[in-house]
Amino acid sequence: MSKQLLKGNEAFAEAAIRAGCEGFFGYPITPSTEFLEYMAKRMPELGRAFVQAESEVAAINMVYGAACTGKRVMTASSSPGISLMMEGISYLAGTEVPAVIVNVMRGGPGLGNIAPAQGDYYQMVKGGGHGDYFPIVLAPASVQEAINIMGVAFDLADKYRAVVHMIVDGNMGQMMEPAELPPMRELPKKPPNWAVTGAKGRKPNFLSSIYIDPVEQEVTNLRLLKRWLEIEKNEVRFAESGLEDAEIAVVGFGTSGRVASSAIRTAREEGIKVGLLRPITLAPFPEKRLEEISKQVRRILVVEMNSGMMLDDVNRVVQGRVPVEFYGRMGGITPLPDEILDEIRRVATNRMPVNGDARQQWITRLEKIVGGQA
Amino acid sequence: MTETSIIISGFGGQGTLFSGQVLAYAALDNGKEVTWIPSYGPEMRGGTAHCTVIISDEPIGSPLVRNPDVAVVLNLPSLDKYEYTVKADGVLIVNASLINRTIERENIRNIYIPANEIAEEIGLSRMANMVMLGGMTYMKPVLTLEMIKEALSEHIPARHRRTLPMNFTAMERGYAFAQEAFEKVTA
Repeated sequence: MSKQLLKGNEAFAEAAIRAGCEGFFGYPITPSTEFLEYMAKRMPELGRAFVQAESEVAAINMVYGAACTGKRVMTASSSPGISLMMEGISYLAGTEVPAVIVNVMRGGPGLGNIAPAQGDYYQMVKGGGHGDYFPIVLAPASVQEAINIMGVAFDLADKYRAVVHMIVDGNMGQMMEPAELPPMRELPKKPPNWAVTGAKGRKPNFLSSIYIDPVEQEVTNLRLLKRWLEIEKNEVRFAESGLEDAEIAVVGFGTSGRVASSAIRTAREEGIKVGLLRPITLAPFPEKRLEEISKQVRRILVVEMNSGMMLDDVNRVVQGRVPVEFYGRMGGITPLPDEILDEIRRVATNRMPVNGDARQQWITRLEKIVGGQA
Repeated sequence: MTETSIIISGFGGQGTLFSGQVLAYAALDNGKEVTWIPSYGPEMRGGTAHCTVIISDEPIGSPLVRNPDVAVVLNLPSLDKYEYTVKADGVLIVNASLINRTIERENIRNIYIPANEIAEEIGLSRMANMVMLGGMTYMKPVLTLEMIKEALSEHIPARHRRTLPMNFTAMERGYAFAQEAFEKVTA
């Protein structure tokens, strides 16, 4: 099949269907609504389950119930909607049933706005729901990459009986790009052996997230933790370019990583030795590769559409080996290539250590920009 | 780097988003890399709607730009918004039917096209977007008129298919208008 011009949200939805998604439960919210709309039309055509629930809370609990049958199920929403789902997401994790949850992120906190943002990094990457659990977090940067990663998302969810978040921002959901869809996968003939399917002719399965006895809960927590360590070992994914001879490494994910790649291209033409590390899995974080990079480059610039959340993870890995600088836009503003180019130029000419806190210094620079716009 | 960024902006309902999509389809069908991204604010009929189209020979990083190579403005608020963002030596296509002022910039190439009047002559005022697209194709031939016509014919929604010949005429008239205006200047 050749490339078609596809709208982000619709392409992600079709990719999920082709990866074997048999149940979608959701509630509309901009900028993710086309995902649900597409599912509303397509799923019944294929005899698969689609429910527009009465709320996000209901939707995630439908996902929970359906996931217990061993079918591939999912939901998609945007920031405030994902917050409403958090209790259910923790239950999914505690019950060790797989599900894929797409977050098309928008400006926040609160009702915020519908413009693209990456301010849900902590919520998504660090868990968000209560209790000890570890979601896998995927952050593609193009329509094609998101299509490809959707199949991976379902595979990982099944393999580790885990919650998998795919996070993109409103730009990715709304934009159109040429992309190729994979062929339709065949649905599995048999449910996994843990699924609840009626127990005809076999011992009943029991799925729950309740462990009244703390001893049993701790055994479960340990199982989840060991499974996570396996995931950290096996499932790290990232993209990089121009790092071979780089003196400066830019680290950015999703749209901000992709905008940075435009700035890097121009900076390279100006002779600045700069490259890009773009984590595709935010959890597990590409720690090993970042550590190697931090031993090679002279400076690191983290670019995000939030207040410096991944910055904390980068600092944790880099451990002060080289100065880590930060540039971010918040509240639904997407940084443009010229802003990041200016930052790269600034970082390239600055051979002094970062005197004080990188985030504090970024605030000073940002206030000039924001002040100029007001 | 052979990358061209185009912003098409107007009132909601003027077909700015669709004309951007036609460009994007034409780019894809002719082996180019392309991104199309709409404004998707809480807008309503009569508000402004715009899209950014980037056409390139290389994979595209940012789908958004601060300073486009080309701005196609179908109403006055769009001219006010984009006149000073177009790159130096860039191109500004102005819908003279709805914009009653001339531009202030001197370091850009521009043309005033009475797109609504031309569209009404053809018989459908909704075709103003296609007139503008035709004019743009003359001013910035990143894709040929034939490529864009081909793309429209492939991707026009079935319910509008009967208007295809009128769309073609609209594009041709826009192109011819720009061509004549410039040949007059250089003659």
